[in-house]
Parts: sequence; C-alpha cells; structure tokens
Amino acid sequence: MALKIVKGSIDRMFDKNLQDLVRGIRNHKEDEAKYISTCIDEIKQELKQDNIAVKANAVCKLTYLQMLGYDVSWAAFNIVEVMSSSKFTYKRIGYLAASQCFHEGTDVIMLTTNQIRKDLSSPHQYDTGVALTGLSCFVTPDLARDLANDIMTLMSHTKPYIRKKAVLIMYKVFLKYPESLRPAFPRLKEKLEDPDPGVQSAAVNVICELARRNPKNYLSLAPLFFKLMTSSTNNWVLIKIIKLFGALTPLEPRLGKKLIEPLTNLIHSTSAMSLLYECVNTVIAVLISLSSGMPNHSASIQLCVQKLRILIEDSDQNLKYLGLLAMSKILKTHPKSVQSHKDLILQCLDDKDESIRLRALDLLYGMVSKKNLMEIVKKLMLHVDKAEGTTYRDELLTKIIDICSQSNYQYITNFEWYISILVELTRLEGTRHGHLIASQMLDVAIRVKAIRGFAVAQMATLLDNAHLLTGNTQRNGICEVLYAAAWICGEFSEHLEDPMQTLEAMLRPKVATLPGHIQAVYVQNAAKLFATVLRKHEGETDSQAAQETSQLLIDRLPLFVQSANLEVQERASCILQLVKYIQKLQQKNVEVAEEVTALFAGELNPVAPKAQKKVPIPEGLDLDAWINEPPSESESEDEKPKAVFTKEEHKHSRSRHTEVDEKELARRREVRKQEQANNPFYIKASPSSQKVYDAPGVEHIPVVQIDLSVPLKVPGMPTSDQYLKLEEERQQKEKAERKKKEKKKKREKRGKERKADSGPESEEDIRPAHQVDIVTEEMPENALPSDDDDKDPNDPHKALDIDLDKPLADSEKLPVRTHRPEVLKSPAEDRVNESIPQETNKGSGKEKKEKKKGKEKDRKRSKEEKKKKKHKEVEEELLESQPEEAIQSEETKEATAPPTSTSTEASDLDFWLCSAPVPPAAQEETAPSSAAAVDTSSAAAPESEPDEPKDAEPEDTKSSKHKKKKQKKEKEEKEKKKKKRHHHHHHHSDAGGEDSVQNGTVEEEEPLPPMSNYSLLAENSYIKMMKEDADQVYDIQGNHQDESKVVVSVIFENKSDSFLKSMEFNVLDSLNSKLQRPEGAGPHDSLTVPFQLPPGVSNEARFVFSVQSIVMPQKLKGTLTFIVKSDESSTHEKLDFKLHFTCTSYLITTPCYSDAYAKLLESGDLKGSSLRLEGISMPFHHLLARICFHHHFSVVERIDSCASMYSRSIQGHHVCLLVKTSDQTVSIDAKCDEPSLLGNVLDEIKQTFSKC
Amino acid sequence: MIKAILIFNNHGKPRMSKFYEHYTEDTEQQIIRETFHLVSKRDENVCNFLEGGLLIGGSENKLIYRHYATLYFVFCVDSSESELGILDLIQVFVETLDKCFENVCELDLIFHLDKVHNILAEMVMGGMVLETNMSEIITQVEAQGKMEKSETLTLLFICQSMRQSQASRFSSKIS
Repeated sequence: MALKIVKGSIDRMFDKNLQDLVRGIRNHKEDEAKYISTCIDEIKQELKQDNIAVKANAVCKLTYLQMLGYDVSWAAFNIVEVMSSSKFTYKRIGYLAASQCFHEGTDVIMLTTNQIRKDLSSPHQYDTGVALTGLSCFVTPDLARDLANDIMTLMSHTKPYIRKKAVLIMYKVFLKYPESLRPAFPRLKEKLEDPDPGVQSAAVNVICELARRNPKNYLSLAPLFFKLMTSSTNNWVLIKIIKLFGALTPLEPRLGKKLIEPLTNLIHSTSAMSLLYECVNTVIAVLISLSSGMPNHSASIQLCVQKLRILIEDSDQNLKYLGLLAMSKILKTHPKSVQSHKDLILQCLDDKDESIRLRALDLLYGMVSKKNLMEIVKKLMLHVDKAEGTTYRDELLTKIIDICSQSNYQYITNFEWYISILVELTRLEGTRHGHLIASQMLDVAIRVKAIRGFAVAQMATLLDNAHLLTGNTQRNGICEVLYAAAWICGEFSEHLEDPMQTLEAMLRPKVATLPGHIQAVYVQNAAKLFATVLRKHEGETDSQAAQETSQLLIDRLPLFVQSANLEVQERASCILQLVKYIQKLQQKNVEVAEEVTALFAGELNPVAPKAQKKVPIPEGLDLDAWINEPPSESESEDEKPKAVFTKEEHKHSRSRHTEVDEKELARRREVRKQEQANNPFYIKASPSSQKVYDAPGVEHIPVVQIDLSVPLKVPGMPTSDQYLKLEEERQQKEKAERKKKEKKKKREKRGKERKADSGPESEEDIRPAHQVDIVTEEMPENALPSDDDDKDPNDPHKALDIDLDKPLADSEKLPVRTHRPEVLKSPAEDRVNESIPQETNKGSGKEKKEKKKGKEKDRKRSKEEKKKKKHKEVEEELLESQPEEAIQSEETKEATAPPTSTSTEASDLDFWLCSAPVPPAAQEETAPSSAAAVDTSSAAAPESEPDEPKDAEPEDTKSSKHKKKKQKKEKEEKEKKKKKRHHHHHHHSDAGGEDSVQNGTVEEEEPLPPMSNYSLLAENSYIKMMKEDADQVYDIQGNHQDESKVVVSVIFENKSDSFLKSMEFNVLDSLNSKLQRPEGAGPHDSLTVPFQLPPGVSNEARFVFSVQSIVMPQKLKGTLTFIVKSDESSTHEKLDFKLHFTCTSYLITTPCYSDAYAKLLESGDLKGSSLRLEGISMPFHHLLARICFHHHFSVVERIDSCASMYSRSIQGHHVCLLVKTSDQTVSIDAKCDEPSLLGNVLDEIKQTFSKC
Repeated sequence: MIKAILIFNNHGKPRMSKFYEHYTEDTEQQIIRETFHLVSKRDENVCNFLEGGLLIGGSENKLIYRHYATLYFVFCVDSSESELGILDLIQVFVETLDKCFENVCELDLIFHLDKVHNILAEMVMGGMVLETNMSEIITQVEAQGKMEKSETLTLLFICQSMRQSQASRFSSKIS
C-alpha cells in the first residue's frame, strides 16, 4: 500500500503541474482552446487515479482554468475528496477550488458538512482557518444551520487567528440562517471588547454590516461603540464605527449631538485622509438628522465645508472626487454654505477627469437658484460646445434639462430664455437625447400658457429649418425635436403669424424621409393648421387664399398616402379625403371653417405622472379574471395573429373609399365626444373650453416686451445670451424700483402676489419675468394615497431584522447535534433530564417564593403583578402535571419578559444620551420624540397582557376538574376586572370584524402574537355581544353515548348611556344542536339573562347547548331582546346574531405521550388527510402555539421544523397532526377516525392562518 | 462588503479573480471584460473610483482600482466600505505580494495563482476585511508555507528512502 502511494508521487513528477499548464497555455496562443481541452482530458484521467497527490494537482489546475472561464463544476466531487485529505497542502487546494466554484446549487455540498465540522475542530489552527475561509465563500442555509453552533464555539477559541475568522464568518451564517442571529449575538457583542485588535475589528465589521441594513436594532449598542470610537487607534475600526454612526444618527438625533464633539476633534487631529473623510461624512449625516437652524452647528458645517474645500483643491484626484461627493450631501440640507464655493465647483467642470466633472455637475444641480440659473446654464452651454465625446456631452445636455426643469421649473424666471436654450440644444450633433428636448418643449408649451405664442414662433422657425436638424445623418436622434415642433405648431396654431408658411414647411417632400411617427404628427398637425387657415380667411370675400391652402394639401398629401408607415398612410388618406370634400364645399361658397376647427376642439391638460397608477380599481372588478375564457390550446396559436392582420387591412381599405358627408361628420363627432365622455383615460376638456382659442386667464399675465426679431430671423444661432443681459437689466431695474417702493412703504407683503414662489432664495425675491401659470397636473378622482413600498422582498437582509434585545427563547437555541432528537417521554423521565435545567430551576425557585407571597393574597398589589403570579402558578402546575406544556408556558413567559427588558435597554440608552451636553432648548425639542420612542417600545407590553391569562385558559381546561372549579370563581372575577380595564383592547381587535362570527379574529403581530379567543357576535348601538371562541366543553359521555354538551360564554357589553334590563337570549334550535332550557320550558322559549347592565358595564353569561353530531360545524340563528331604560323612556330593542360552532370547539386539548401516540398511529384505524399552507412567514413555534391555542391541540413532540400534535374530541375521536414547515410552506398531515370531522378541522386551521 | 476582487493585465487578461457572490463562469468573464473596459479607458492620474458596471450591481457598487505597471487591481465594493480605506487595502495587498514573491511581477501571479489566493485569504474573507496589518498577514502566510514545505519534504523523504530500499533490494538480488 505504502509502495503504491509512493509510486504515485513518483508518477506525479511526470504529470503536468500548474506551472506546466500555464506555460503550455502561453505556448499555444493560437490554439489555446484546443490545448486546454486536451489538458482537461488529462485532468479527468488524473482525477480517476487513487493517489490524492495527483488529484490535488489536478484540482489545482482546474482552479486556474476556472479563472479563465471554464466550467469545472463536473469535478465537484473530486474537489470534496481533496478537501478531505489529511494533508494541509491538499486540503488547502481543495478548499480553494471549492470556494471558487461551489455555490448553493452545488449538490455535493451537503456531503461536506461532516468534513467541515471535523476541520473546524481540528487541533491545527490552519486546518480550521482554511475551512473557515472556504466556508465563507460557499456557505449555504443548510451548512449554516448545521455548523452555526460549531462556529459559535470557535468564536471563543484560544487563538485570535481562529477567533477573528469565526467572528467574521458569522455574518455569512446570519445571512443564510437568520435564526442564529439572536443566540449568537451576545457572544458577538462580547467580541467587541476582545483583547486582540484583529478580533475586535472583525466584530466591529460584522456588527456594522448588520446594522447598516437594520440600524434600529443596534441603537442600544451606541454607547459601546462610542467608547470604542474614543479609545481605538485602529483607523480601520474607527472608519467602520464612524460609518455605522452615520447610519444610526438618523434614528436618534440625540446621538448625533453627542457625536459632534469627538468627531470634530478627530477631524482636527487625524492625519489619515480616509478617516478625516469619513468623519466629515458622518458629521454631515448628523447635521442632516438634526433639523438645521441651530446656531452652534453652523460652526460644524463651516468646518466640514472648509475641510471639503481643502480636499477638492487637493491635487489628488481621489480626494477631489470624494470632496465633491460629500459636498453634494451637504448641499441637500445646507445649500447656502455650498453655494459660496460655486467658483470651485465650476472650476471642477474643467477638470480633465470625467468622473470629477460629472460629480461637479451633480452639485450644480442643487446649487442653482433663480438668481444664478441663467449664468450657470450659460457656463454649461459653453462646455457643451467644447466637450469632446458624445457621452459627456449627452450628460451635460441631460443635466442642463434636469437643472432647469427641477421641481416644476422652480428656478426659471423667463421661459422665453428656456425655450431658446432648448432650441439651441437642438444644434447638438449626434446626441441621442432628442426625445428629451422634445418632451421638454411639449411640457413647457402645454403647461406654461403665456409662453405659447413665443414657443410657436420658435417652433415654426425650427420646422422651416428642419433640413439643418436632419442634416446628412438619417438616424439622427435630434429629429425627435421636430415631433414636438410640429405638434406645438399645430396644437397652438392660433398663435402662428403665418400659418400658411408653416403648413408649407410641414408638407415638404423632404419630410417623407423622417421617421414614421414624426411624419404622422406632421400630417395630423397639417390638418390642424389647415383648420386655422380656413378660420382666418373665413370672413374674407375673396376665398382665394383658403382655396389655395386646400389645393396645397391635395397636392402634397398623396406623398404621405403612399407612405410605408401605416399610421402615416391612414392619417394622410383620411385627411386627404376630408380636404377634398371641403374643397368641394368651398367651391359652393359654403362656410366650413367652424366645422373643421371643431374637429380639433378641446384642450389638453397635463396628467400627473402617477395619475394612471392611482386610479382606484372599481369595486367588483377583478383584473386577473378572464374576460373571455381562453380558447383551447389547439386553435390559439396560429389563428390569432391572422385575425388581427385581416381586420386591419379591412379597415384601411374602407377608410380610403368612404366619402365623408357632413352628417356623417357630425355623427362621428358626436360619437367621439360620447366616447371621450365615457372613457376614463381621456382627459376631458373643461366645459368652458369648447375650443376657446383665446385662452382665458392669459390676459392678466404680464408679458415683458422682448424684441423677438433676432431669434426669429437668425435661426440656429445662440440667442439665449441676450436673455441673460435682459434679465440682468430687468433685475437691476426691479431693484431700483423696489428701493423706491421701499422708501415709500417700508414693508409691503409680496407673498400675496406670487403663489408659486418657494425658491431657497425667496428672501432675495427675484421676480419672474412671466407670471407663469403652470397648469397643475391632473390626478384622478379619489386617487389612492401614495403607496410606494420600495422594499425589495427578496433582500436577504430583511430576514435579519431581528430584535436583539429580547432575551433568548429556548426554541431559538442553536441546534446542537445529538444522537437522538429531543423527545418528550413520560413526565418522570422528563424531569430528570430536563433539557434546560438552569432556566427552569431558577424559574421554579422564584415561583415558590412567589407562591408563598401569593397565598397572602395582597389585594393592594398592582393587577399586573398579580397576573404574572397567577400565570406562574399555572405554569408550575403545568410543570408538575404536564411537562410538554412547559415549552409553551416558557414561551408565554418569554412573551411577558421582552418589553420590560427592551424598555430598560432603551432607558439605558436614554440615560447615556441624556448625559450629553445638550443645550436645553434642543433637549426640549427632542424629549417628546424620545418619549414616544420609549412608549412604542413598551407599548407592546400592555397590549399583550390582557391576553396572556387567556393563553393559560385552554391549559386550565386540561388540568384536573376540581382544581378548575376552585379557580373558576377566581378567574371569573379576574376576567371581569380585566374586561373593565381592557375593553378598549377588545374594541380594537374586533373593529374589523363586524359581521364575522368566526374564530381567531385578532390581527396578530409577528414577534409576540397576542391571541384572543373572543370574537364579536353581534353589535348595535346599545349592546355588543362577544362570544368566547374556545368554548368550555363538558364531556358527559357517561349518560348519553352520542350527545354532548357545549357551554358558550357570551360577554354582554352595554355601549349606550341607558340602563339595559330584561335581556332574553333565544336561539332557533336545529336538529343537531339545542339550547338547554330549564325544565318545563317550551322548545321556543327564551332564556333570561341573569343580570342587568348599567351603562358601560359588561358581564358574561353562559349557555349550555346539547349537540348530537360533532363532525360538522354548525350555525345557529338567535335573537337577544332587551329593554333600554333611560330617564324619560324605555324601549324594547332586539339584536340578531349567529352562533358559529366550529368543529374545533368540540376538541379538547388532551396530552398524549409519544409512545401512546405512535401506537395510535400504528393501529391503522385512522384515516388520513393533508393540508398545505403557503406563505406562512411566522416562526415555527408561533405557528404551533397558534394551532395549540386556537384549535386545542397539544404538541406531542417536536424536532426542528417538524412537530406532531394531538387532540381529542368530546366524543372521543382522536385527531393527530404532523406539521412540517420549510420556507413559508407549512404542510399538515392529519389523521382521525372521523374523516368529515378531520376535514372540517383542517379547513378551520386553514382559515386561521389565512387571516394572518 | 467587497463584492469582487479582480486582477487583470493591460490587455484584460484575468490574472486572478475572486467573487464573493456566485456568478456563472460566463458572467464572471463578462464582468471581468466589462470592468476592464471601464477601467482601461481611463487616463492615468484621474481618480480611482468609478461606478460599477451593470453586471455587478450598477451604481450601487463602486469600482476602486489601482494600476501598477502591467496590472490592474480592482475591488468592487458596496457603500459600506470606505473608498480611501480600500485604496489603502489595495496598497497593502500589493506590498504583501511584493514581500512574499520578492519583487512581484505579473509572471509571479500567473504561475502562482494559488499562492496569490492564499495571501488574499488572509486579508479578505467572504467579502469582509479580515486583516490590514501587513506583518501579521505575512506571518500567517509564511507559517502556512512552512507547513506545506514540511509536508512535501516528508513526501520527498519517503521517495528517497523508497528508492534506496529499491536499490538495496536490487543490489541484494544481484549479490
């Protein structure tokens, strides 16, 4: 054997090693692929050999090939083999290969679990290290779950080398197996103060990474990090911590205040630029979180801006870049302090580095104001001219448009200038942003009514000079602009000086070379222009001009009728026929202008970008439902497209040949109007604007006189500059005027004049040249409120949003590998080997003390405490009798604990934060908010409390009967009190379910599901009835074999101000269920409720029903009659209700031991059924608790994500469940000797979970 | 988090690639090509940061690179990493390589890819910075190197002794 190994290693010397492979590849440059494929064949041969050295060598070569892009996943098994070698050298090769090519889809990965575990516990630190490194790259959810515990142990390894790796890998484990976060967190926190700086740094690293995604859970660590920040000298750690604080400050403004001082100290003292930069960044974050305006912080802002200026002025391009980046953050909140450095930023626009120029551009975006917009844009236009490379130029172009159009054109004072800028931008060659310019033109022309005249004139010039735009390049993006130009000229043709000329320009033969959609707009708008021309010449005696226009259209349109583009062709032929007809009428001297204009009547209003999304879905409309049932597979495939095609053809031929007579025209118009009126997506004209060509409300707009001759006559020349001059003059003039005015009247409120004036410089008050009236965007009626939930549901970090301050529950302990799964045997056995002896012992010790005290029954005690005690009593009782309940009650104990602990945590934090030197005014400001924060954290406590005793109730039921009777009185009493105190709670929980008579109403929250089993029965203005879900069930099998009695407790609450009395409760009996009436009463007589209700009081009454068959749920109709007695009058009132007996309510929680359970299943008497629930995101123990609580089951045993449960019906049917869960899917396999009962119970379980 | 660490030469030939998220081999090659395209067209003495390519997360990630002679060292990181810090880390990485290979050059990386990976593994683990102290890194790398050497030495020793025994057997046969 030894000989064989040695022989192998000698053979190996003749094999290619990695170096030979690389050399070979380099020597076969021409036929690399071929060479590599022969190499891969060799490797395959090598992998077949037994010698591990040969295999390792082969795997090493594969790693290299993997980097070159070759798929090596076929060798995954061999990689695992090499990983499991005992030699470090080979092991490392194996792990390296695995880390390069294993991933979650690799199936052999599950074979590695044991090997990795062995390596992790290896005595050689480098074996462990290599395994950790490898695992960090290919950890899967399964591996994470199986190895979490081992890695956690390594976090306390003696060697810091292992510790730091173990700490670091925990982050990956958390990502893949979020349940491990809570159990591992305490130790992770501990590592923040590890003596080894490397381990400390790793812990900081992991917590920062966690906190970045869910900062609020880590707020309580702030004091610890603060200590680290002030003590650590490791720049890496400091940078991480400072970055973390940047993420935390938005959540806690007081933290920011505390941070500012040490951060500014660091800024002053550090020499490391990276640290300085991060400090500045976090100070900025702090300043953003503190709503500005605090005088003592302006110094910090100044410091930041000053330091950033130093960075930007540095010759190092990196610092310059980062300086600009940080500057843009300040800009958002403190634009003024940045604006003073405008010179510097404009200078950066000239930088040779494109990314720096782009950053500078970003800054400019935020720096513009009404005052400097024109100047900045002028500068940018200069850059556009000299910019090389289309990408940067395009970027400039979009930036110019962004800057100008930001927040509804807030900074534009002169729209004529803006239109000129847009027109100038059209001269850019080769830009791909033509459509952007076009949409701006359209937007401005539509939304700024006052500018339409000017815009139309400019657009007419553009159309006239279209050849300049289209130029030589056919596929030029800029010709999109013509689309806008044509549309504007057509739509607002009333502003055209010479529509005839524009019409002529639009019908030039050259137009036919434009893209189809533009031609279509041309044709359509030519028709609009035609209408305008007709209208203009209508009154004239000489109809020459109008007829010439018709002739022009008739001459030119055929060109478009021949167009290959369907849209163009259709429109052209339609309009051609129309014009021909009009020409006929003209010859008869009929006045047609009115009718023709009516074709294009109506005003277009801008629609808000999200309007469509916000149209509410009408009630009863199911968008997913089929309109028509889909045709069967066979016919759909080839016939559908054909049908569409022929239909279209048909339409064309028809439209071409129809003669349009006036009647038809009118009819069509009518139909169109009708259609528009009914079409929700058509933007309707306001009733007043039945094509009002003189737009109302324009008169009051003061329009500054500007000499337009220059821009009109010299097309394509820079014209915007003159606006700059004009603007300056105007501003000066205005200033002078204002001074005059100010002399006259000291303060005249200007705000009233201008409504849409909200620039950051409003105190400087630059009066816009046009009082532009930006038409507000339309929103649909009853638009839904904004519903932007951007959170990505697939984000793995979402799963890590876990409250870390909560103490650990047992169920959350990391799975420790044992040979036998934990099974609950018999109680005696269980007590001996209790799985968690520490906690229970502590608990029971306390309980005894408590119990002693409890016996004293100190009435003065607060109710809460009493309840806790009560709870503990129950718990102990359970410990004694039913061990499997221990888990459950342990959980409920957990449920009480966390809120208090979080609030102490929170108050610790508060304390720490409050000790900060905070100016009193500021403290006042933040105090309420923090109080609110504490409130919310503790809010969970009172809310969950009222339900806790009830958690115990079903458990009570199980305990022996005599005990129960004793307790019952007590309980009732307590319940009454509780009801008085917590009625509001019931109101809340039942608010949604007015008509529901079903169980499990309360909407539960994820972390601690408070469960109530009271559901609303019926309610009116006087009284509210609530039925307890978990009906108290008495089993009286002894007397009648097949008749059982069910007790229903109903709470009556008086909601009115009057006294309620003589309440009578009656139910319409069914064959199956009957209300038990006193002897001698008839079957339809009602029962008197044994109490009266004063205003606001509630009480509980119990009614007994006898039930024959329990396999089906029942609904009983009933009525409650009562007398309402107020001071003056008394009236009879009635309330109808429905009692719902679920099958669940016939089940009694019965403990069952696993051995008995197994026997039961083996007996084969039971019939099976199963259920699948999708999308259940609650933790498994919550799910079980819920089934136990709502459906009266008990857990027999639980192993990981699988549990068996048992319950028994009052008539002795056994019901067994096997509940399994795997990511969000819960499958329940059930067995019962009564299939219909089982079916109904499963349905009810399904319902319970569908509601949460 | 560091998403990927790439080393390629002036012609875009990959010399080492380490992805901390899974991509198929094809996508990896595309990412390398894309990154090379983005980085190589930049002048010297422009800043060392740029937005990540589309394939590796777009603008959420940053590419931070340094160019040494014939090689580009590119780190693709998300917003939790400090830009200047990563630049320093690249420097540490290169200096460590320099120490371990004694005047590192492109050929060293080509022929000793596994060693480069091993050095990197002592600095960055699973996308998180493990160690930034160069002497500590070198200590660990060398210690592991020694272990490897001792293992191969034992192997060689066995070989030799086997040859000797073969020879002696041979000689005994003759005699």
